[in-house]
This record gives sequence, C-alpha cells and structure tokens, in this order.
Amino acid sequence: MTTPGQRGFVLEALPGDEEEDLLSAVLAALGQSFTVAADTDARGGGVRRCTWLDTFDWRLYRAGLMLRFEQARRGGRLLLSKTDGTPQAEQDVTSWPRRPPLDLPEGPVRDRIIVLIRPRALLPIVRAVSTATVTRLLNADGKTVARLIADHVTVTAPSRAATTAELAPRLAVTAVRGYPGPARRASALLASVPGVTHASQDVFIAALTALGRHPADYSSSVAAEITAEMPAQVAVARLLLRLLDTFDSNVDGVLRDIDTEFLHDLRVAVRRTRSAVKLLGAVLPAELAEHYKAEFKWLGDVTTPVRDLDVHLLGFDAMAGQLEGASPADLEPLRAFLVRRRTREFRRLSAALRGPRTRAIADDWRKALLGIRDNDGLRRPEAGGGFPRCRRPTAEALALSTTGRAFRRIAAQGGAITLQSPPESLHDLRKRAKELRYLLEFFAPLHDPVAYRKVVGDLKQLQDCLGDFQDSEVQRDEIKTLADAMLAERAAPAATLLAMGEIAARLARSQAEARDEFAARFARFAGPAGRERVRVLLEGRP
Amino acid sequence: MKIFATYNIKGGVGKTTAAVNLAYLSAVDGYRTLLWDLDPQGAASFLFRIKPRVKGGGKALIRGTKALDDAIKGTDFDDLDLIPADFTYRNMDLILGGKDKKTTRQIGQLLRPLAAEYDHVFLDCPPSISLVSENVMHAADVLVVPLIPTTLSVRTLDQLTEFVSGFSGHRPQVRAFFSMVDRRKRLHLDIIKDLQAERPGVAATPIPSLSMIERMSVERAPVTAFAPRSVAARAYRDLWTELTKET
Repeated sequence: MTTPGQRGFVLEALPGDEEEDLLSAVLAALGQSFTVAADTDARGGGVRRCTWLDTFDWRLYRAGLMLRFEQARRGGRLLLSKTDGTPQAEQDVTSWPRRPPLDLPEGPVRDRIIVLIRPRALLPIVRAVSTATVTRLLNADGKTVARLIADHVTVTAPSRAATTAELAPRLAVTAVRGYPGPARRASALLASVPGVTHASQDVFIAALTALGRHPADYSSSVAAEITAEMPAQVAVARLLLRLLDTFDSNVDGVLRDIDTEFLHDLRVAVRRTRSAVKLLGAVLPAELAEHYKAEFKWLGDVTTPVRDLDVHLLGFDAMAGQLEGASPADLEPLRAFLVRRRTREFRRLSAALRGPRTRAIADDWRKALLGIRDNDGLRRPEAGGGFPRCRRPTAEALALSTTGRAFRRIAAQGGAITLQSPPESLHDLRKRAKELRYLLEFFAPLHDPVAYRKVVGDLKQLQDCLGDFQDSEVQRDEIKTLADAMLAERAAPAATLLAMGEIAARLARSQAEARDEFAARFARFAGPAGRERVRVLLEGRP
Repeated sequence: MKIFATYNIKGGVGKTTAAVNLAYLSAVDGYRTLLWDLDPQGAASFLFRIKPRVKGGGKALIRGTKALDDAIKGTDFDDLDLIPADFTYRNMDLILGGKDKKTTRQIGQLLRPLAAEYDHVFLDCPPSISLVSENVMHAADVLVVPLIPTTLSVRTLDQLTEFVSGFSGHRPQVRAFFSMVDRRKRLHLDIIKDLQAERPGVAATPIPSLSMIERMSVERAPVTAFAPRSVAARAYRDLWTELTKET
C-alpha cells in the first residue's frame, strides 16, 4: 500500500526545454539510487476525472474547505478537505448530475456542509482530467520502495464557455508503508533536477490561476476601489460600476434558476444602485441620474414578485413548524399554490431580464459610467446638489456630507416617533436606515475599520428591529392576499385557511414585539453614545 | 477482520506458498490484507523481497512492547502488507512462555488493534506443535491446512481437528486442502477421493505439484501475480473461491 504525505513537485519546462527531456532528466536523477520501472497497472495510474464544487459565492472556500467529486465508472466519491488538504469527510454518490443545480445526496459530506451552503446550490467550479503515469522505484532486492507519479492535468471552467488550460505536469513521490527513507531520498533527488520545483499551490488553485480566476472571486459586498482624494464623481462611477458587475454576474444564475440567492444578490445590487443614484447622484449628470433612477426602479419592481415568493418558500418549513393549533400538513395546499405562482412569475421575470430594456440598462449604464470614470477632468459635476461652493468635491467630502446628513435625518425622524405614531413612520425610518447603511458600505474603504464596525453594529440592531416590524406587517398582508387568491382559484381548503390565520396571528404578535423593542434600539443608535460613535467615524478621532 | 492461518505440523507441505498466494488473491479481490510471516525461516518475506527482520526486534513485537503497526511493510501490491519474519522467532515459545506463565492468546491480542485497518489477516506458521501454533489456532477464524496425500497426513488432520475441538470458547474452522498433488500417483488420487468423501471441511480443489510454483522463489512473487493464467494460479484461485464461499 502506498501512503500519501510526500511533498508534491511541479515540472516547469524552461525556455528551450522539452517536457519529455525534463521527465528523462527526472528518471536519470532517480536512477542514481533506484532501479526505475514503469508500472502500467498501478492503482494511481491512468485517467481520472474530477470536479471541484462550491457555491457561487464560495461559501466552502471562505470556510476553509474544498469539495472534490472524483468520478468513477459508476457514480463517484465526494471528498471534503480543508484548504491545506487535510481530509474532513468522504461519501460515495451513485450519480452526479452534469448540470447545475446540483443537489447533494445524503451522507457525511452533506452533514458537514449543508448548514454552510444552504440555500445555495453547489456548482462545478473547475473540471479536471488528469492522466497519471506511475514509475516504481526499486531497491537492490528489486522491491518497490517508493513510487513516482507524474500527472498531466487539463482543466476546464464549466461556467466560462468551457475555457480549457493545461497545467504544468505535477510530480509526487509516494512512500511504500514501512519505507519512509527511500521516499525522502527520492524527493531530495527530484528537488535537485533543474526545472523541478516544490508545488506551492494545490491543483485546484493552480487550475483557477490557469483559467484566469482566483478563489473567492465573487462577493456581493460593495468593496469598490475608491480613495479619499479621488474626485467624487470618479468614486461614485467606480462604486456604481462595481454594483453593475454584481448585477451582471448574477443574471445568468437567475435565468437558469440555480438557487434563490442569485436573485437576492441581483436585487441588492439594484437597491444599492438606486440608493447611490438618489443620495450621490448630484455628482453625476442630472439627466443621466434621472433616467437610471427610473430604469433601476423598474428593475427592482420586475424582480419583486419572485423574490417575495422565494422568501415565503424558503421560510415555509420553519413557518409550518411553528403552528400550534393547526398541523403543518394543513399548509401544504399553500405551498403548492406558492410554487405554481412562482412558476408563473418566474416566466415574467425571465422575459424581462432577457428583454431589450434590461440589456440596454446594463450596456448603456456601463458605457456612461466608464466615460465618467475614465474622462475625469473633462467633465464638471452639476452645480448645486449639496455642493454649492465646491465644484469638484473629493470622495471624502462626499462621504462625510452625505453620511452625516443621512444620520441626522434618522435621528430627527426616529426621535419624533412615539407610541402613537402610525406604522408608516417606522417604515419610512427603515428606508432611511437602509440608505445610511448603504452609504456606510459604499464609503467603507475611507473609514477607520473599528469606528465603522461600531456604527454599523448599532445600525444593524436598529435595522433588524425595523425589519421585523415591517416584514411582519407585509407578510400578514400577503397572507391575506394569498388567501383571497387561493379562494378565487378554489385552491383553499378550510384547514389551510385556518392554518394561515394562525400564522397571521403569530405575525401580528411578532410585529408588536418589534414595536416594543424599537425605543431601546433607537436610543442605542441615536442616543449620546451612538452620536459620539458616529462623530468619531466622521471626524476621525475619538 | 477475518484471520486465516496456514498450519501443518510438518514442514515442506506448501504452507507458505498457500499463504502467499491466498493473501495476494484476497488483496486482488479488494480486501485490505495483512500477511504475518511467523516462520523464522522467513520464506514469505523472501517471496515479497522484504528483509526478514523486524526493526527493534521480534521479541519486543511479540511481548507487545513494540506496536505491531510499526513493523508493517508494504508489498509491491496494492492492499497487501506484510509483517516480516525475524530470526528471534525461533525462540518464540520462550518469548510467549514469559516469566511467570505461558500465554495462548497473545498473538490474537496483538492483532486486535489492526481490525479497523485490515479485512483479512493471514498467519504463516512455522511447522511444529508448540505454544506458537496454539496461539495461532486461538487467534484464527479459519485454519487452512495443506495436506500431502499420504496416510500419515490424514492422521495429522484428525489429530488437529480433535485438538481444536477441545478449545473452550472460540474455535477456528478447520479447512484442509490437498497440496503438492501428483496426479500420476495412484495413492494420491485414492487418498484424495476417500478423504473428500469421509471428512467434512476438505476442499475440492487440490493444488498440484508444479514447477511453476517452485519458480516463485526465482521470481520472488506469488505465482498468482507473475503467471496469473497458469494452471497453478488457477488452482489457487479456485481454492480461494472455495474458502471464501464456505468460511
């Protein structure tokens, strides 16, 4: 039996060298201490196919994990490891669908990762076909004491129109049990061959690099590359371009309906864009801002129905599990109704996203933003818009003025809310809080990270409370609307309507609880300590 | 983990060749297999080109002060490992006898920690009736007994069966097979016929006396590996099929 653990090598052909010559040089070097013999029947030899899997937003990799599917003649094996290669779990699978979405079969790998990835689907990130040749290294008795495995790997990126790349051949020495010395000696001989270097990257990472990618190369966070001194309009253009990239990279996943989070991320990008245009649009040409304000509102609106239904379906089991009077089974007609309705709404969404209006928004918006970003100095920001005395504000000036204003507005609006205030006043405050949150995220690179975390922490608490308050109300209204629609379609048994009534009652209780918590959360955010934290954030000193 | 032991009181009856070939076939079938060469002559170790020496000494291994795991060597074949012989095994009776009392369960106890790692273990025993063979019989699930078709060897089988039936608790299954069979000898054929009819547990597959089996010491590999289509290899394959089907 062979044991793993010996360090891997990469065979980098130097200019003018042929790969075959290098392999001959490797065998000649090993021949100094061993008799070398080809092993055509070796278990590690031959052609192997494997696929690395992760979610679109790299949830496994970000958690320090890598998942590989090794294809066998029938079915295959899933191997979960840490990013340093340490094995974590394995499970056999009888078959693996070639195309996403890839549902994960029951087993130890699933148990280990399901909480991490849910509700995202696993996607093939890289496919590899490797052809390995095995050479036995024999001692003076003709006994195999180590093996050299030379692996030629071809990799493809399934999501990128099947881009293909060849990796530099990888060499590994495997020890035979009970013979650690010869494997060490073989490794040392190998390392002495010019052109042979220690493999510093895992095959997966090397494959990504060869395909022009890198791990965790998608994130829904804003993370625009802006600096304090940058002209404000350039910073805003960069920010909006980054949001447009996020929008673009999610469209395909939405259209293929891979998982619900593509639409979620796409909608967040749209919402952020709308807020950025509203709050920072003064530095952009007025007509441009006005036009895209309307276009992105349209995009937000066409994506709403499917997302609302996704939210209902994602939380369905939890909602059914909380029923006290009714049985979860009573709600099944509602689930079936939601699924039918989603299918219908998805067709509309799909038509809108594939249509010319969406394409025009994405293409023309990008062109306009690139023009602003790359032709800074040729254009002037519009007069007014909060910068009457400064025609060319910096990103920092824009960040401070807009963030400060947004905070003061929340403090004033929230401070005026009493127990008698109508629900709309809290809903409106929620919108303002969301705008402030976006502004903080847009300009995060300009802020002190510690001060930023403190303010965002307070704001998040307030947002959660306002979110619970409004969502409970919205969902209650939706339950009523759904009940009406189901009755109209004669798809509502009495037991289902009773169960829906119970859910509506529970939502009313949640809303009341959120209302009770509001005062304390708001006081923490906008009270003296909260104001001081915002002052430190904006003025840059404690 | 199932333990097979090739045993006969007599030497030169084909114990080691059987152990080596059956262990190899077990590994070919995908069982994680370990062969322990308990014979100080080290013939099984020699056939796998492994030096008949246990690092740190065989004595420490048998006494349990050195882990069995550390003595294991990989063979040239997938799923087949070997614990080599050691010259100190010639005194194994004394080692097993210990200071105060003799032990008949030591080998079984030593093997227990390997249960998760191996599906099959083969014990290749030295010829004798001793504390070593008693240990082996207690550890084994199946005693694979090669018999040369002579009247005396029939007696040996009876003695062995009787000895084992006296064990309290775990008793190994006794599976005999005819070894070094010369089909030209009338006596061989008669004894095979009679014994297979009279005694349960005698395998239907005989292993013929063939020069190809003797070539194993030249090739230093199981005949089932270097000449898998030969008559000898086919005979071992049939025997292995029979043993796995009925044990």
